[in-house]
Amino acid sequence: MSSQLIQNNFRMDRLPHIWCPGCGHGIVMRSLAQAIENQGYDKKKVCVVSGIGCSSRASGYMDFNTLHTTHGRALAFATGVKLANPELKVIVVTGDGDCSAIGGNHLIHTARRNIDITTIVFNNNIYGMTGGQYSPTTPTSEYGTTAPFGNIDKAFDICKLVDAAGATYVARGTVYHTVQLIKLIENALINNGFSLVDAISTCPTYYGRKNKKGSAVNMLNSLKENAVDIKAAEKLPKEKLEGKFLIGEFKNTNEPEYTEEYMKIIKKYQKER
Amino acid sequence: MDNRIEIRLSGSGGQGLILGGIILAEAAINEGNNAIQSQSYGPEARGGASKAEVIISREEIDFPKVDKADLLLAMTEVAYKKYIKSLKEGGILIADSSINVDAEDKAYKVLQVPIIATAAEKLGKAMVANIIALGVIQQVTEVVNKESLEAAVLNRVPRGTEELNKTALSEGYMLASSTF
Amino acid sequence: MSDRKVKLMQGNEACVEGALAAGMKFYAGYPITPSTEVAELCAQKLPLIGGKFIQMEDEIAGMAAIIGSSLAGLKSMTATSGPGFSLKQENIGYAALAEVPCVIVDVQRAGPSTGLPTAPSQGDIMQAKWGTHGDHPVIALSPSSVKETFDLTVKCFNLAEKYRTPVLLMLDEVVGHMREKIEIPNPDEIEIYNRIKPQEGDDSYKAYRVEEKEIVPRMAAFGEGFHFHVTGLMHDEFGFPTNDTDTSDKLIRRIMAKVSDNVDDIVIYEEKYMADAEYVVLAYGGTARSAISAVKKAREMGIKVGLFRAVTIWPFPEKQIRELAGKVKKFIVPEMNLGQYVLEVERVVAGRAEVISLGKANGEVITPDEILSKIKEVL
Repeated sequence: MSSQLIQNNFRMDRLPHIWCPGCGHGIVMRSLAQAIENQGYDKKKVCVVSGIGCSSRASGYMDFNTLHTTHGRALAFATGVKLANPELKVIVVTGDGDCSAIGGNHLIHTARRNIDITTIVFNNNIYGMTGGQYSPTTPTSEYGTTAPFGNIDKAFDICKLVDAAGATYVARGTVYHTVQLIKLIENALINNGFSLVDAISTCPTYYGRKNKKGSAVNMLNSLKENAVDIKAAEKLPKEKLEGKFLIGEFKNTNEPEYTEEYMKIIKKYQKER
Repeated sequence: MDNRIEIRLSGSGGQGLILGGIILAEAAINEGNNAIQSQSYGPEARGGASKAEVIISREEIDFPKVDKADLLLAMTEVAYKKYIKSLKEGGILIADSSINVDAEDKAYKVLQVPIIATAAEKLGKAMVANIIALGVIQQVTEVVNKESLEAAVLNRVPRGTEELNKTALSEGYMLASSTF
Repeated sequence: MSDRKVKLMQGNEACVEGALAAGMKFYAGYPITPSTEVAELCAQKLPLIGGKFIQMEDEIAGMAAIIGSSLAGLKSMTATSGPGFSLKQENIGYAALAEVPCVIVDVQRAGPSTGLPTAPSQGDIMQAKWGTHGDHPVIALSPSSVKETFDLTVKCFNLAEKYRTPVLLMLDEVVGHMREKIEIPNPDEIEIYNRIKPQEGDDSYKAYRVEEKEIVPRMAAFGEGFHFHVTGLMHDEFGFPTNDTDTSDKLIRRIMAKVSDNVDDIVIYEEKYMADAEYVVLAYGGTARSAISAVKKAREMGIKVGLFRAVTIWPFPEKQIRELAGKVKKFIVPEMNLGQYVLEVERVVAGRAEVISLGKANGEVITPDEILSKIKEVL
């Protein structure tokens, strides 16, 4: 028997999902549903938009207004939806390749506009759907099917990228730290502007196997061991942070939101007619 | 007026020739005639070669482009040299006085008028040269009447410049009658 | 004459006026010559009526955004030219498969690549038909005058709404940039078609089920209470992805049939001097103006030539051309490309008459004299 959360927020006839055993994406998707539920949004007004890739199948399972778009373009479609109807709570579900490679241009410009869209990146450091090619978040020297001799690219820090581009809420969580992940997604939803949660997920099938990361459990444990909360990190000496990555809330500010600014133009000039 | 008259306004970008063409075409349709205005331009927004074309006809205009013009306005030497060959034999050339026109060429009726100098020196506003030119064209061709031309000018120029542009038109009329 | 206003207007401007008259409430695009005036005017006019304009970060995003806005319930348009039309293709295919009504304006310029940005062309005609991958329905209209640009833009929206499909307005730089006389019809003279929505609270609503005697599935908007799914994957009646070959077959054939079963409703064409014509000049868009001028001149010389003008270029006016092929001796097809539409004419004529191509792709228009010479040459 599925939990009330699943029954309330998912299309039961579409489950089970297609993700591999041990994949972290189910945890991110459930965390998103929990955050939406906790905030008590009117389901009629929630719109989940996704791109292409493993992560982006989530939109099909979630029982809201859902839009599964083309590769990399979820944010551009979502911008059209949000500006056309600002009453909608628009959430973009995307992957690391989808949003930071093919969709990189849309990512920085959607952040720059500070349009009220909440983006959840299911970041598994690999292209899973196509079979394990390296992505913009695959660390240097690691392996993918298209990096058989080790990756010579440098990885993007998606949080720093959208922070610099103008996002007003930026956070990172992991599929191990689910209580925190739910809270971060909730705060991202509350933020009135472009917000992004980089949800570090696990891909034991491709990333894990290619890079000898062990079982799904080992990969989750490694998230536990290597993630350092930003508040704790402030008090730690530099050498203790080597090989670690930061999680927590990096930015939470309030700046003019795009659709509200546009509505001001309408109010001002429509009246004058 | 002939059934179809084809006018080419040429000069450099920024001289307001496209606006001039639009005004001329609008004046013509205000009188119930048909008119088409088109243009060609290079990548530069200012300077460079610019031309606007206007076709005015009592009948429906099929082909919208000017091939051999009945009238050529040349505001720069470069434009004169580039487009003089596309003026019909027996056509009218209105050239600014600053241009070195080939006096030996008897194929066209030539009218040299100090359009740019009048705008810059007499009216103190170089930018109304296009409107002065329209005044000259009106007097020479009567392709549109004064009333509809003035109405079209006032409809298209920026607010607050109406008087200046009316003066420019009158200057054009006078320049034409004193030289023609 | 009613109180309709006679105006001097540019083709691109008439396109925007037509779109507004048709009920456009959303525009997204990216600046590109020679279509930029369309974006500029939408930026200025849409907020005045409570509509939305957004300049996106690229051409792809412009196309994506209008699909999103259309799904949120607004009549939506984007405009572009050659290079941008290439970039938009993937999402045009998405709109075709997901059945999202929208209008795409392509003010054609000389290509390929950056080509001649300010010069006219009709080089995107085959791209309009085949630009996106896979089989997909295509409706494309091509106006020859400023007034017709207004009328056909309205028509594009109506067809998009009626058949739930992206509709292309294939302008060319000649018509897009020239100014001529236009009489704007009064709003009550303009026929408007709006998408059919499901009944409020209809629990049996399936986003991709066609109701009996209807052509397309009813279209709810996001936010109206129907939790439907939209995808660019092959999908079932609910809109959910499927790998099932039978379901896919049904879907692709259904969306193709929307156009092929309704050709008579979609195809618009014009014939002039055709009653006794032995020769026919088949033209479209700006080139049709040179063609009619040439035909008139040829008639003055006693040559029995007529004009067939394709206003709807896709679907191809197949029935009409097949019929003509049995009557006339030769088709002359002038177009500002090196012979694209002529291929379709040849296919349909199928050897029953001679088909002669008159192509030009150097950024210049085809003149009436060039067409006249060709007519005389092939007599």
